[in-house]
Amino acid sequence: MSINKKINKVLVIGSGALKIGEAGEFDYSGSQALKALKEEGITTVLINPNIATVQTSEGIADTIYFLPVTPFFVEKVIKKEKPHGILLAFGGQTALNCGVSLHRSGVLKKYNVKVLGTQVESIMNTEDRELFVQKLNEIGVKSISSTAVTTMKDAKKAAEKLGYPVIIRAGYALGGQGSGFCNNPEELESLAAKAFAHTPQILVEKSLKGWKEIEYEVVRDKYNNCITVCNMENFDPLGIHTGESIVIAPSQTLTNNEYHKLREIAIGIVRHIGIVGECNVQYALDPKSEDYRVIEVNARLSRSSALASKATGYPLAFVAAKLALGYGLHELKNAVTQTTPAFFEPALDYVVVKIPRWDLGKFRGVSKEIGSSMKSVGEVMAIGRNFEEALQKGLRMIGQGMHGFVENRELESDVREEIENLLSNPTDMRIFVISMALRHNFTIDEIHDLTKIDRWFLYKLKNITDIHFMLSPYSRIEDIPKSLLSESKKAGFSDFQIGRVLCKNSGEELTGYSLKVREYRKKTGVLPVVKQIDTLAAEFPAQTNYLYLTYHGTKNDPIRKEGKKSVIVLGSGAYRIGSSVEFDWCSVNAVETIRKSGMRSVMINYNPETVSTDYDVCDALYFDELTYERVMDIVEMESPMGVIVSVGGQIPNNLAMRLHNGGVNILGTTPQSIDQAEDRYKFSSMLDSQGIDQPRWKELTTARDIHKFTEEVGYPVLVRPSYVLSGAAMNVVSNADELDHFLELAANVSKQYPVVVSEFIENAKEIEFDAVARNGELMVYAISEHVEFAGVHSGDATIVFPPQKLYLETIRRVKRISKKIAKELNISGPFNIQFLARDNEIKVIECNLRASRSFPFVSKVLKCNLIEIATKVMLGQEVEKPSESLFELDYVGVKAPQFSFSRLQKADPVLGVEMGSTGEVGCLGDDYYEAILNAMLSVGHRIPEKNILLSTGPPRSKIEMLISTRKLHERGYKLFGTRGTQKFLKDNGIPCTLLHWPDEDKNPNTLEYLKNKKIDLVINIPKNLSSGELYNDYHIRRAAIDFNIPLITNARLASAFIYAICRLKPDDLAIKSWQEYK
Amino acid sequence: MTGKSLNPSLNAEELHKPVQLILKDGTVFSGQSFGYRQSLSGEIVFNTAMSGYPESLTDPSYKGQILVLTYPLIGNYGVPPMLKENGLMRYFESEVIHIKALVISEYSAESSHWNSWKTLSRWLIENKIPAISGIDTRALTVHLREQGVMPGKLIFDNIDTEFVESDKINMVEKVSTKKVISYGKGKYKIVLVDCGVKSNIIRRLIHRDTTVIRVPWDYNYSDMDYDALFISNGPGDPEILTPAIENLSKALEGDKPVFGICLGNQLLALAAGGKTYKLPYGHRSHNQPVRMQKTNRCFITSQNHGYATDAGSLGKEWEEFFVNLNDNTNEGIRHKKKPFFSTQFHPEASSGPTDTDFLFDDFIEMIKKSKK
Repeated sequence: MSINKKINKVLVIGSGALKIGEAGEFDYSGSQALKALKEEGITTVLINPNIATVQTSEGIADTIYFLPVTPFFVEKVIKKEKPHGILLAFGGQTALNCGVSLHRSGVLKKYNVKVLGTQVESIMNTEDRELFVQKLNEIGVKSISSTAVTTMKDAKKAAEKLGYPVIIRAGYALGGQGSGFCNNPEELESLAAKAFAHTPQILVEKSLKGWKEIEYEVVRDKYNNCITVCNMENFDPLGIHTGESIVIAPSQTLTNNEYHKLREIAIGIVRHIGIVGECNVQYALDPKSEDYRVIEVNARLSRSSALASKATGYPLAFVAAKLALGYGLHELKNAVTQTTPAFFEPALDYVVVKIPRWDLGKFRGVSKEIGSSMKSVGEVMAIGRNFEEALQKGLRMIGQGMHGFVENRELESDVREEIENLLSNPTDMRIFVISMALRHNFTIDEIHDLTKIDRWFLYKLKNITDIHFMLSPYSRIEDIPKSLLSESKKAGFSDFQIGRVLCKNSGEELTGYSLKVREYRKKTGVLPVVKQIDTLAAEFPAQTNYLYLTYHGTKNDPIRKEGKKSVIVLGSGAYRIGSSVEFDWCSVNAVETIRKSGMRSVMINYNPETVSTDYDVCDALYFDELTYERVMDIVEMESPMGVIVSVGGQIPNNLAMRLHNGGVNILGTTPQSIDQAEDRYKFSSMLDSQGIDQPRWKELTTARDIHKFTEEVGYPVLVRPSYVLSGAAMNVVSNADELDHFLELAANVSKQYPVVVSEFIENAKEIEFDAVARNGELMVYAISEHVEFAGVHSGDATIVFPPQKLYLETIRRVKRISKKIAKELNISGPFNIQFLARDNEIKVIECNLRASRSFPFVSKVLKCNLIEIATKVMLGQEVEKPSESLFELDYVGVKAPQFSFSRLQKADPVLGVEMGSTGEVGCLGDDYYEAILNAMLSVGHRIPEKNILLSTGPPRSKIEMLISTRKLHERGYKLFGTRGTQKFLKDNGIPCTLLHWPDEDKNPNTLEYLKNKKIDLVINIPKNLSSGELYNDYHIRRAAIDFNIPLITNARLASAFIYAICRLKPDDLAIKSWQEYK
Repeated sequence: MTGKSLNPSLNAEELHKPVQLILKDGTVFSGQSFGYRQSLSGEIVFNTAMSGYPESLTDPSYKGQILVLTYPLIGNYGVPPMLKENGLMRYFESEVIHIKALVISEYSAESSHWNSWKTLSRWLIENKIPAISGIDTRALTVHLREQGVMPGKLIFDNIDTEFVESDKINMVEKVSTKKVISYGKGKYKIVLVDCGVKSNIIRRLIHRDTTVIRVPWDYNYSDMDYDALFISNGPGDPEILTPAIENLSKALEGDKPVFGICLGNQLLALAAGGKTYKLPYGHRSHNQPVRMQKTNRCFITSQNHGYATDAGSLGKEWEEFFVNLNDNTNEGIRHKKKPFFSTQFHPEASSGPTDTDFLFDDFIEMIKKSKK
């Protein structure tokens, strides 16, 4: 029975697809909230189209709706479900905005739904800048002087008054969307125009660039009891968005007075605003006095609160949900000690460092500079007992080929001015630029002057480069004094880094050398110890195994094992483009299956935005690196029965062979088989020997060979450099000119850096085969098809399951080939094969002997947990083969990608062979059109009201879209077209108004229509897939993004969407829960 | 070799001479010196606060103790200037460092703060306070938690020393003022019995229109003209402070408001006929949760004490005011009718959270009422 007897059914609003600024942290917070409600015996209803999350899994919420998180759909769910209460604070800004809107429109009142926790009035007081400043003034708290404006004219006036530089921010937006610094009226005008496109109100503020940025996570209960769970200090001072900054917890450069002054103010604010639950307060702190300003307050769980939870072991979201139900903090238990209350403030005896992960290289045209708006797609958290140790761990965790702060394939510049320039204009490489500056003898003061980073951090970084210089004279590990070796490890040097210093550039095999370092270390007793995160700095014993490794210690903390056999699951690391919450779902399900089998489940992962890094999902959580060195350290401590590498995406998969060679028992498919699938040559010859077709390909090292091969197979071809370094990413090349251009970019094509060229089949369907096999025999499988033709990365494709438009013969062949491959590689566990199909001709593109991105999607549509089956197989347990009838579904699932182009200024929002989406949704429907409409509405598309701009590209797509365009006309839509499209439509009897290209100085002009939001939908099909995009098309696409107009760039997807909107009105969409699809 | 980056104030040879920390039960830890080099012994206690080392080191309640800080990075923001304000050190809790020695995991040789005047290492050396880093402070803390606080010694250069049992020593005598000192020129006259008072208590009082007359711990103030009595914090076992207890007993016969903090809470309990006892490893941190009895009001408090009041031993006229939510120990008492109260925690904070500063306001209100 709930503490609040009137609340027996609660609706939780999720955050939808992962996007920049709103990632997996809300899966964590929503899952925790649902757990907390469940514990109270409350019936839970969840609305969240993000099918890859843990929160949308069976057993977490009672009823789940894979529907768009918009007021329209939430109202319908409320009407149907009649919940007593609603939680708005656990689904990020998306849920909060939706809740505010439902409150304003009177929906909540109408259906008598009580907002639990912080009330909407309080939320509005934090979200509306003017109200917020007024609230702070009431209690004498200083905020950044800013002016809220709604017109360009007022924006300029405000800026004049405050004096440049100013910063502008969009109200009601997270991740700093539409915000930035303006040094003059011109910059203001361009930025403000974009911001106004997203929000009616913008704020013009005086810039406090260079001040320290500090955050507090505050919790308050209904009795007015308050605690601050954690404070955090940004490594980068104000001017760089906190989502773009390295962050350390707790603060390092604050005196007691500063720490507690800001703490006291934070509590004062939270009490005054009336938060019940969790809240985040951000400050600017003068580096030269105790002067401060409040930057903002987030009256909800946030990325920072997820980080604070992981950093301290304090389950913020769980506690916040309980407080929303009416508990007091003192009435809840500390989840770690299980004896002391939740009313306390964690004491850390370690530091955590959060580092953002960018993927800017994946986008065309995007600036690499970092600033006041967020571009990072994920983050890592590293734990150590000093800054150096945590930072170097973190830089390895980021997973962009870096080994730490030093000993990387270094950025090199000998030009002092260039380094100075890079220091004062930070990019995603900022930290490595500091490394370079230190190695080029820049002084701490010089670096400080250019970056405004507090000297304390710079001194610590210098310690790392100092050790690098101390190690440099040595070339044999045996010669390094033990004290220096130990000092290096304490400063976070990996064996690989030490190996690299020792080897110099002698060409010696580095992996082998780092093994030598490891051996020597073990012999001389330079070893890490395991420590617990216990929330109370050892004052009370912990009942949980939340662990990390450090070299600052002489004694292991006692790890509770309870005599069970351990199975280690390697997690998926930072969210990045291509690896996201879906692998977290897989990891969590693997761990749960192990646990249910009565074994000790051990998780290794370091992504604070996940459920897998909740210490209560497994028996032991090592919040640490997924490197060979660290996994081996943990294996040596745990002596597990085996390690699972196939549920965490590519990072663990890549470790399989080395761990195997290190004597670790890899569960499931053998590392040799994994290698056979991963190694292009081995895989290819296996396919040949089995008579399985594949697109022709060759690995080539000279331009001449490349041209020759291309002539052989014919254009277009797919080219991919083996190391994506030069900016020459994977691409489809359609003609000789483009090929030359590509080769120019990939200047260092050589024996060492070959290029793989493969035949590219146009107008082919792409098919995904997700399955589990045991000893080479297929156990369960799911075949799904892409809406788009091959050429769009499978992560960016819209995927339909079960397939609706495949020939039966195609399906049969896909199955037959898959069975052959499973048998040949003797697969035991999850795997995925991608196929191309044209006219029943099937080719294999790729095969991964691990769970794929689509596992949660197909598992949930099938209602059959593929990971659970796979884990049981890997553990060697009996599993019954699901009956064939499982594959007969009376409904359809569609998975659609979520893009974050609006946050990536200047990026070309076009799809290609490189993945660009940051998240996805999966929705269900009774037929294909219902499912696709639900999915597309979930990722931000809207049903257009009236005006549609068409620019349909090459003749083929023009023809392809003719029927659907006619439908639009018949439906009464007003069509606009660029010249070719307009003429084509007119010739085919469809009325269409001409809009001139952006570069034409003629009206009516496309850009003008977009700027004035006269267009409700833009369909812009690129002429070809090459990089030579025309100026005009790019500007149309970019304007659509900047002015927040839905954009579709693929003809097949556009057609599917048009069919759907012409068939179905929003009210026709069934409000059916997952459970109701049978 | 590594000396330069780790500790510029010492030469490399000195730095690498390991220092031993030996506990009474024979457990040995080894680290490096970053303070004054002298072998010594004292009771080893740990504090889990994450900030505030200049305040902690000058807190007289630590007299005679070797302090272990569980937060691993110490020295980050240096040491503030030795400025005086209203007769008190502006940035410290007393005139001198009171801890016997400091034990930490990592010393931050390079500090960074606008208000830093010297490094922690220099300050310690100038004040002849030994300090060692490189200790697994977490392992040490777990050990003290499991085995209880115990004497320990630091051994420099193989010069051994005897274990000191500090319980037997009257530390209050050493830290209390020797003469009567007056602070502030406010309306309300408060006699402050100095058992090792933290400066911030005086600051918080004179901030509220009071005159504070600081008297030695055993001073007989019964004939003085005053409006209220304050009993300060201080080090060690309260039961050995007989003169202070007797003076206070006499004051309790009257009606003038009495406020006690920390040791003051224990002395008030003893004066009221109650008992005190030693905790296994004390409360020393910034995150101790307390609840005001009979209410749902809870506060995060700063604490530093090894002894506690036995709430069950109190007479009928007294009641518990606050209770610790972690271990249910007493955190304050009050008289049911008269304006007498005390807290085991530190409402004056410094270092630590300021949640319970309102108790000073309550005290002033009591004075106002009693003067009417």
